[in-house]
Amino acid sequence: MPQMNMVQAINDALRHEMRRDSRVVVLGEDVGKVGGVFRVTQGLFDEFGDDRVIDTPLSEGGIIGTAIGMALYGLVPVPEIQFSDFIFPAYDQIVSELAKYRYRSGGEYPAKLVIRTPTGGGIRGGHYHSQSPEAQFIHVAGLKVVCPSNPADAKGLLLASIRDPDPVLFFEPKRIYRAAKGDVPEGDHTVPLGKASVVRKGQHVTIVVWGAMLYEALDAANQAAAQGIDCEVIDLRTLWPLDIETIITSVKKTGRVVVVHEAPKSCGLGAEIVSLINEKAFLHLEAPPKRVTGFDTPFPYTLEMEYLPLSHRILPAIIETARY
Amino acid sequence: MEGSAHPVARHPLDAHAPDVVRVLRDDGTLDPANDPGLRSDEVLTLFRAMVRARLLDERLVLLQRQGRIGFHIGCKGEEASILGSAFAMRQNDWIFPCYREFAAALWRGMPLQRYVDNMFGNANDPVKGRQMPDHYTWKSGKFGSVSSPIGTQITQAVGFAWAAKIRKEDTAVLVYFGDGATSSNEFHNGMNFAGVFKAPTVFFCRNNGWAISVPTERQTASETFAQKGIAYGVPGVRCDGNDLFAVVKVTRDAVARAARGEGPTIIEALTYRLEGHSTSDDPKAYRPEAGLDSWRRLDPIPRLRRYIERTIGWTDAQDKELEAELDAELKAAIAVAEKTQAPALESLFEDVYGELPWHLQEQRDELLRGPRAKGHGH
Repeated sequence: MPQMNMVQAINDALRHEMRRDSRVVVLGEDVGKVGGVFRVTQGLFDEFGDDRVIDTPLSEGGIIGTAIGMALYGLVPVPEIQFSDFIFPAYDQIVSELAKYRYRSGGEYPAKLVIRTPTGGGIRGGHYHSQSPEAQFIHVAGLKVVCPSNPADAKGLLLASIRDPDPVLFFEPKRIYRAAKGDVPEGDHTVPLGKASVVRKGQHVTIVVWGAMLYEALDAANQAAAQGIDCEVIDLRTLWPLDIETIITSVKKTGRVVVVHEAPKSCGLGAEIVSLINEKAFLHLEAPPKRVTGFDTPFPYTLEMEYLPLSHRILPAIIETARY
Repeated sequence: MEGSAHPVARHPLDAHAPDVVRVLRDDGTLDPANDPGLRSDEVLTLFRAMVRARLLDERLVLLQRQGRIGFHIGCKGEEASILGSAFAMRQNDWIFPCYREFAAALWRGMPLQRYVDNMFGNANDPVKGRQMPDHYTWKSGKFGSVSSPIGTQITQAVGFAWAAKIRKEDTAVLVYFGDGATSSNEFHNGMNFAGVFKAPTVFFCRNNGWAISVPTERQTASETFAQKGIAYGVPGVRCDGNDLFAVVKVTRDAVARAARGEGPTIIEALTYRLEGHSTSDDPKAYRPEAGLDSWRRLDPIPRLRRYIERTIGWTDAQDKELEAELDAELKAAIAVAEKTQAPALESLFEDVYGELPWHLQEQRDELLRGPRAKGHGH
């Protein structure tokens, strides 16, 4: 199996699917000739031409609105929003149109897109290149939300997303675009949506995490192990609909849970996960569930490493939960 | 209007309106320069469809006032704009609606019964009771899905047309919107993308004078809505929107342009909303009754009837016959729709996703186990 980073794995998935299915088109700002500002679509323009790899005018609302129209026609558009911080001009099209199309048309018009967008902090991008807005899409009926943490999952989840009948927000953790490397299966490779991955087995504390923070959680889990605390680490992979079974099975075993995410704490996905655990595993809990998250502030520039829920903040939460 | 302070025509009868395409002249004859050459049977079919739309509008408002349906948003006064443009589209072309174009959906083959089912939101409603009345859909007639937010359909129509172009299919898309929608983000995005990619789109702006209570003067400082096309490289044309023949002419020209690969056109149809925005609106609060006279004189239905009477032949008896026939058809549809049950409870959870995910299964089961609400009609 070839070694790839996340950028290469996503590129490989797009190329594979565009070769297999002529309905798949890529559109967005700078995705064509230059191959995207992170080079994720590099080389696709040369192979598939400007009818299928389209540099668009600089308007996220225009990109998503026209992509919905293409989907209604029968194409399978995979638009890119250059940074997830820039997605909000398209929010109306995503929330009121894309997510609702099948439902509001009585099933006549399923509108299917995979919106790829780099997400998260840790790249010295300041507020407008660092946010993690996943919860703002999870709260919307009709969308699926995915966030891979490694190259093989990135390829497999992207191919599964493109073939899924529903619109998918595909968040790519940009901090690990090139840092996360690994073996990636060649050719066709899908990872089913809605299935989490237990990345580390453990008995004492469950850690629920996704995206770039997986590596921070694993680092903290390894440090906790030195203190005799055995953590189970769940990489959600699909954020919505989430794999509740894997979470509840783990929590019933450990009785203790820490949820980690970069997004602000209040009304983040962690809040929903903790609520579900309370509803479904309350009597198994040995300690109050904890959240280690970004703060309810705008995302800072200079102090971004203080904002992010890195291993130095996750470790004390693990210890506190374990010793409660 | 007559005596208007506007240097550019806001009304088809303004003396200085050389840019407004008119075909049906005051004397009831057609201007041969722009006559689209409709056959008599086509004119009669369109006239019938216009009268049907008018009758539906009047009856549906009454139904709403009686509390039998929740809402109606009609097209009184705009029938020529809507039916002329729908008629001009070819069979393989698509129509993306705003929300005032039920007459175009019926023209595209939506059965009256389905439309009336939509008014009642019953189990046979094409959208399964999930939206307000007049938010229908009719895919088999290549007619899109209605949503309430303004202008969102514009970029979607452009994307659809652009996809057809990418796939080298001879398909044009007409998108309806009002004068208010020209202020929306998606009007800008749609016009810009369509201009850049030469997407075969017909932007059909029903300039009916009002966006709920806000007049056109508050919508734009541009002299016309058609001229907004200049900035996007999209040719614009204005027509008398209450003149069926003019609407057919300019729409056909726009479709022909699109089919030749020359890209989009924006049409500004000068028409007038003779009623309130919807049954939820009372225009007396913001619109003096006196201003309506000049538009009532231009009412597209009597205008077309005068032409038909003179050219094809039409009698008062035929008016009565047609009205009786349409009335009977509508009464029958209402009787059926009113007796049709509400959508099944389970349908509340269907079509959110392709397959029902676990959390919606849980919520559905909770609803089914629990007590029933009062007040959803049936």
